[in-house]
Amino acid sequence: MSLHLERISLTVGGSHHIDDVSLTLERGTINVLLGPTLAGKTSLMRLMAGLDRPTSGRVLADGVDVTGCKVEARNVAMVYQQFINYPTLSVYENIASPLRVQRRPKDEIDRKVRAAAALLRLESHLDRTPLQLSGGQQQRCAIARAVAKEADLVLLDEPLANLDYKLREELREELPRIFAATGAIFVYATTEPTEALLLGGSTATLSEGRLVQFGPTAEVYHRPRSLRAAATFSDPPLNVATIEKRGEAIHLPDGTRAPSSGLLADLADGRYRIGVRAHDLLLARPNEGAIEIRGSVDVTEMTGSESFVHVHTGAHAGDLRWVALTPGVHEVVPGASIGIFVDPKRLFVFAEDGQLAAGPVDTGY
Amino acid sequence: MDKPINNAAWFLILPAFAIVLFNAVIPMMTVVNYSVQDSFGNNQFFWNGLGWFQELLDPSSELGGRFFASLGRSALFSAIVLAVQVPLGIAVALSMPRSGIALALCLVFIAMPLLIPWNVVGTMWQLYSRSDIGLLGWTVNAIGIPFNYTNSVLAAWTVLVLMDTWHWTGLIALLCYAGLKSIPDAYYQAARIDGASRWAVFTRIELPKLRSVLLIGVLLRFMDSFMIYTEPFVVTGGGPGSVTTFLSIDLVKIALGQFDLGKAGAMSIVYTLIILAVCWVFYTVMVTPENKGARE
Amino acid sequence: MARIDLVDLAHAYRPNPTTDADYALRPMNTSWRQGGAYALLGPSGCGKTTLLNIISGLVVPSRGHVLFDGVDVTRLATEKRNIAQVFQFPVIYDTMTVRENLAFPLRNRGMPAAAVAARVGEIAELLDLNVDLDRRARALTPDAKQKISLGRGLVRSDVAAILFDEPLTVIDPALKWELRSKLKALHRALDLTMIYVTHDQTEALTFADTVVVMHDGAIVQMGRPNELFERPEHTFVGHFIGSPGMNVLPAKVEGRTADVGGVPIALGRSYSAIPPGRKIEIGIRPEYVRLSSGEGVPVRVERIDDLGRIRFAKVRLGDARLSVVAPPGVRLEDDRSRVSFDPAQIHVYADSRRIEGDA
Repeated sequence: MSLHLERISLTVGGSHHIDDVSLTLERGTINVLLGPTLAGKTSLMRLMAGLDRPTSGRVLADGVDVTGCKVEARNVAMVYQQFINYPTLSVYENIASPLRVQRRPKDEIDRKVRAAAALLRLESHLDRTPLQLSGGQQQRCAIARAVAKEADLVLLDEPLANLDYKLREELREELPRIFAATGAIFVYATTEPTEALLLGGSTATLSEGRLVQFGPTAEVYHRPRSLRAAATFSDPPLNVATIEKRGEAIHLPDGTRAPSSGLLADLADGRYRIGVRAHDLLLARPNEGAIEIRGSVDVTEMTGSESFVHVHTGAHAGDLRWVALTPGVHEVVPGASIGIFVDPKRLFVFAEDGQLAAGPVDTGY
Repeated sequence: MDKPINNAAWFLILPAFAIVLFNAVIPMMTVVNYSVQDSFGNNQFFWNGLGWFQELLDPSSELGGRFFASLGRSALFSAIVLAVQVPLGIAVALSMPRSGIALALCLVFIAMPLLIPWNVVGTMWQLYSRSDIGLLGWTVNAIGIPFNYTNSVLAAWTVLVLMDTWHWTGLIALLCYAGLKSIPDAYYQAARIDGASRWAVFTRIELPKLRSVLLIGVLLRFMDSFMIYTEPFVVTGGGPGSVTTFLSIDLVKIALGQFDLGKAGAMSIVYTLIILAVCWVFYTVMVTPENKGARE
Repeated sequence: MARIDLVDLAHAYRPNPTTDADYALRPMNTSWRQGGAYALLGPSGCGKTTLLNIISGLVVPSRGHVLFDGVDVTRLATEKRNIAQVFQFPVIYDTMTVRENLAFPLRNRGMPAAAVAARVGEIAELLDLNVDLDRRARALTPDAKQKISLGRGLVRSDVAAILFDEPLTVIDPALKWELRSKLKALHRALDLTMIYVTHDQTEALTFADTVVVMHDGAIVQMGRPNELFERPEHTFVGHFIGSPGMNVLPAKVEGRTADVGGVPIALGRSYSAIPPGRKIEIGIRPEYVRLSSGEGVPVRVERIDDLGRIRFAKVRLGDARLSVVAPPGVRLEDDRSRVSFDPAQIHVYADSRRIEGDA
């Protein structure tokens, strides 16, 4: 099945929850909806499922208009952030429940339940009830139910948000394999850019109810088309600064002045916004053309393998805050003066309207 | 762009409409019909327009005086009942055990009166309060306080309020208990850390979180007590004199006692409108502040 | 201001614990200095929340003592301990404004109004809450609410320690960054002991100067973030810290060589006296394994995860699966892939505990 949203809008009480979104999702794909809370991820999923009816626009399944169709009439499965299972039924019966509703033959149910359980590594827990399982297993059970149903469309709304970090890591790694084995359209909502990157497939970045960019995940990450797209898909948050280009030099509001080389060389004079991802902000000069920005350290955070150095530059008016992510342990004393470097070939330049004016050519993906 | 609305769906709610029509609209219309006519027995009816309503709402007329007196008694009864039962229900809920067998027993005891039919409750209390053979009435008299609900206004009211409280406080208590259960532990822990007194915990955490269940409780109790009929009818029959003749009792007296269907019809309609108005106020209070700030 | 000592502390939720499994918290002795930023890190059910509740006084331990600055507070009620706590979900008083929320703990303690106002202003400034002071707390965003929870702890000048119980659970990723660095800055500015419970290694490592890793009710390692990363004392620490975690491979170790499924791997130190009969494993972090088409041990690349700033490959070495860093340019199709290990970064574990080698 392919699912096509045609200029969907949803207005509730005067506020736009979804604003003119068009999107086509193909069979057998993983599609990540990425955006902060209230960006419209859940609203969009509910519209896809048929739980809500769009204020305007159409939902097409394989070219057939299903806009007014109730969720019961469509073959849809949903997995939520909370672990939703039937508490009194065994894991086996939980997974079997959608098939029982469809009145499938007994042996078919058994076959499908066992296949789904195997895929989610629940074979040895089939006789238990969900409350006897760990959180990770409970969520596996909910996912297994969605898989066993063989729905055309499987919607997962931040399914890992309530799990421990390590369990999340483990399931995240398994999900693409599980999804690939079924051939449905998977839609996966998350607030975490890293999760989108790990799941692969395609990503739609959302912001304030609007679709910002949609495409293969790596492409959306490495080649954002607008400031908003880049900002939504960056963790740690994108470093953003306004620059002014005058002839051969660029000026930052904190007083930094640098020759306009690299991507900046070919720009017309004027004001731009630059976006630098934290790992592209370096503590050592990478090459001759690098822009140096001097500032003082606010805080350093270490994760063992990497360090996040928070720096602010400029006296007061043009105060800018930066976060640099560097490999290794860099314990810099707060308040220390430091130089941070940007390779002018590795930044994003946005025009004043927020559209990409220039971006890195070789992104290495 | 918009799809035409699927009109077939309307047919599906026809049965519901039919039921509402038969058990609400048609009886209501009969009452409306009576309220604008006068009857002199023998099923003879004469058009009286809004006459009954004018008389009813004019306190100086005989009907109006009677109406406002029983309306006043009903309102007073509801006010007393709410003033006693709501705080008492909250207090019971707060002092209930948190778990285990004690909780189960407690819930059973609290829920028990709720299951007893109105007329049985009335009979129970009628016997219980009698000054000659009733345990309560006899005891009170025995300790030297004259207590006879057949001739004392205070005694009659006391019995009715006690009876209603016994019957229905459990409802408020159960609602509040459910509300209290839903408050996460973290709130209590935070309050302890903040050094809040028990009173502050009650006013700053428990009461605000109980707000919505309490509103429902108050609404239910108001409607029930304002429309109470069976119990006072069984216990006091509206007396002594007419001191416990509530609106509902008076209504029945007029309609079935005197067979003044026109007056009774007008009275029923005003009665209904009062209850609807109060419910609407409650509903508005209940709904508005919840929505405010929900999506910001 | 306080140093916290846990003396022979243990807790079981059931009476008469006999085996290790009966303990939610196994016997421990440890000391936390005044002004430190500590993180209790571990998976669900490891005992970290129990430990936090014992420190805050919400749980009385079944054994041992809690000392604040040498004073036994084991049985002292929470409100008498001078601690503040921030919970997983923001706890705010719905009916009050932000200002009243912040003033609440002070008013409860009978502080004069003028002093309350001054102190509330000060803390609101610190937390960037001044613009919202007169708004209803209920109408704010989760991160602002969480700041209020924190602020109610900070306003009290007598606070000995601030405890955090997974405080960023309901906060969006971008705002997590902001709140986290705010916490860190506050810690520096206020010289308070802070204890932060989390299952999220990034939060623990970035927040704390000492991370306490817990597993099955016991502390398995306590140390600075880079120590935990570079020298995990227990395979659990290696696995739990780092994303992906440390590769732990069953091996036979003799002298300076480890034998992993028939493949010899050079070690940085010599291990001579390994007692027999123990389960021997070697551990190495993905960051210290190089994937290339040049030198090293041949492996099969199964998949490559692109995290944007870095790429990790899952490779198979014999029966073992490893995560390794995939340098730019390495593709999945390369079947001439090889990995080489940095010998100095390989650790040897006997029954899951790290053993020290000779130079």
